[in-house]
Amino acid sequence: MGEKKRHTLAVLVDNEAGVLSQVSRMFSRKGYNIESLAVGTTDTPTISRITIEVMADDDQIELLSNQLRKLIPVHSLKVMNMDNAIRRELVLFKVKASSSEARNSIIQIANIFRAQIVDVSIGALTLAMIGEEPKIEAIEKILEEFEVMELVKTGIVALERGLETIYDNTKEKGEFNYGKNVL
Amino acid sequence: MQLNGAQIIMECLLEQGVDTIFGYPGGTIIGVYDELYRYQDKIKHILTSHEQGAAHAADGYARSTGKVGVCFATSGPGATNLTTGIATAYMDSSPVLFLSCNVGETLIGKDAFQEVDITGITMPITKFNFIVRNIEELADAIREGFAVAKSGRPGPVFIDILNHIIPQTTEFEALPKEEHANHGRLKSLIGRASDDRKPPTPDMDDIDKLIDMINASEKPLLICGGGVVRGRAHEEFNEFANKLDAPVAITLMGGGGFRGVNPLTTGMIGMHGSQASNMACDDCDLLIAVGCRFSNRVALNPETFARKAKIVQIDIDRSEINKNVKTDHHIVGDAKKVLQLLLERFEQKDHTPWKEYVFSFPTETSYETASDRLTPKQISDTIAKMLPQDTIVATDVGQHQMWAAQHLHYDYPGQLITSGGFGTMGFGLGAAIGAKLGNPDKTVIHITGDGCFTMNSHEMATEKFYDIPVITFVYNNGALGMVRQWQTLTKDKRYSQTDLGRGLDFVKLADAYGLKGKRCTNVAELEEAITEALECGHGYVIDCTIGKDEMVRPMVNGGNDITDFLTL
Repeated sequence: MGEKKRHTLAVLVDNEAGVLSQVSRMFSRKGYNIESLAVGTTDTPTISRITIEVMADDDQIELLSNQLRKLIPVHSLKVMNMDNAIRRELVLFKVKASSSEARNSIIQIANIFRAQIVDVSIGALTLAMIGEEPKIEAIEKILEEFEVMELVKTGIVALERGLETIYDNTKEKGEFNYGKNVL
Repeated sequence: MQLNGAQIIMECLLEQGVDTIFGYPGGTIIGVYDELYRYQDKIKHILTSHEQGAAHAADGYARSTGKVGVCFATSGPGATNLTTGIATAYMDSSPVLFLSCNVGETLIGKDAFQEVDITGITMPITKFNFIVRNIEELADAIREGFAVAKSGRPGPVFIDILNHIIPQTTEFEALPKEEHANHGRLKSLIGRASDDRKPPTPDMDDIDKLIDMINASEKPLLICGGGVVRGRAHEEFNEFANKLDAPVAITLMGGGGFRGVNPLTTGMIGMHGSQASNMACDDCDLLIAVGCRFSNRVALNPETFARKAKIVQIDIDRSEINKNVKTDHHIVGDAKKVLQLLLERFEQKDHTPWKEYVFSFPTETSYETASDRLTPKQISDTIAKMLPQDTIVATDVGQHQMWAAQHLHYDYPGQLITSGGFGTMGFGLGAAIGAKLGNPDKTVIHITGDGCFTMNSHEMATEKFYDIPVITFVYNNGALGMVRQWQTLTKDKRYSQTDLGRGLDFVKLADAYGLKGKRCTNVAELEEAITEALECGHGYVIDCTIGKDEMVRPMVNGGNDITDFLTL
């Protein structure tokens, strides 16, 4: 057993009913809790992209990705290189602002973190922020002072820097050599 | 040509050359069966007593012929009754297309009568499953189902059709099989990670590396796994084994992949493996496993399995590599192709000293014989003596299964049909019926125990009605023998719920279904019964009384080192 760490998997799948449950089943069967999950369509409307984050060791990720690659609706799968990946998620915070002082302070904090104020109501502000976990955790901690009424995260989405894309990872392109001994 | 849904299903089956299907009708699939009535000259439907029997029969048909088996069922309980059969096919990589109809679009999701989310239920036990909601995609889905079931590592596919599309019509264009890949959904599979219709091309560097390992090895051992059988790579494997001059251990699923009687065969490997196989596995310096996934019945303790050896895995399924046992080298590819490439690249080897060592251990267990009663070994020996060597053997699961694997020898893929992965009691009779229909010229026998036979003995009605001459041998010890053996060895003989001595008379039961039968308590009676069974040419049940405390030997407990034989 190697050391468990956070891995990001990007999976291109058919945009069809039942596909997400097929993919997520692979994780639940082995007892891996999905840390983060984001699904959306791609530039091709019939294809969706699933970004999954999971705690596992390298061997487990290798097995898991090979099993996922066997699912018929899976077009391609990429295990993100964490050193080279741009990872982002969007968070919405609804924060209590009972007084104008509180409101001003929250707006100041939002400016420092480059979060957007997306709604102002009497007694509450809603902030939207894009970032990685450390930044989000930092603002979350500060906003707790004012009482966070509700919080929602989209789940991490990720792309690798540079020219390489997930499309290079399909069988057709031959970049991912399915017969290759990678040990 | 405008066709309705049911006609499209029939035409798609004909496109694939299907002439025999198994199944059980019901309310939602009634429209399909109505069309089947019109196609009965072209497609023979075998009505079983239970959907599970139909599923096993389609599986047995597929395993023995290498073709895709086809099985129909109705929605709800019809479909759920298939699930044990689907899981059995899945675990042993057998290509079967299951097709059911669900309630129509207006009722789906409303808990209508006999509605169940069968694609949800079968998701973990199928290679692929699919709900057909539009008539336009029906032909495509069936073509895809056939292609996926038999490509790469084969497996079951489930297609659930919403029954409102059955009477609808659409334009259907008949296409020869070779053209399917260039149309519709199948075309869209090209280039996907999951597309296994074209087997992976073995990497030449990997081949060369294995050749170096072969040249450096003095004590090589080969494992013949189920992949050799499914890939019909038996001829190449035989040539490879002879050229490498290496002992060959055969897994349960590998039965038939390498000739059972061969100076290189060490017998079965694993929990009930022969001493020669297991000792060789522990001592070899190179282990080449072909189409073997190192299940926990083979690699009992993955940490110490073949501890002195470089382990090499040859498999078509990349996800099997390093799954159960950490390998030193692997080649992903079709067994046939990989073996051909290897064969061209090394000279004839001679490993006489190593073989002498391996074969100093017994390849078969010696069991005592008795003249006043029947022993399992005597039954197997009599079967081997009196039936043609190419007899197809379908088994159930338990002690009799191990005896059938140990004592009888198999020469070609599809000769031994057994539920190795899922271990499904009640598999054998259905599978034997399917095998006989697929191989009308061969003798087909069904080896079972009293527990397993009771589970699905109602398929005798199918055997009788269609006059499918399967000979059933019941190893009747009045107990759930394998569990009892474990209770003897590990539970201080507390035989909790494993005594089946309830006085069930299998001969009378056979008679009730219209089949002949005979009870045997010694070899002479058994010989007489076999002669009669062969002469009558119909289904026949031979009830062989054996002792309650017969054991399968040798035995290594699960999780232990492979040479850690229990003293029995």
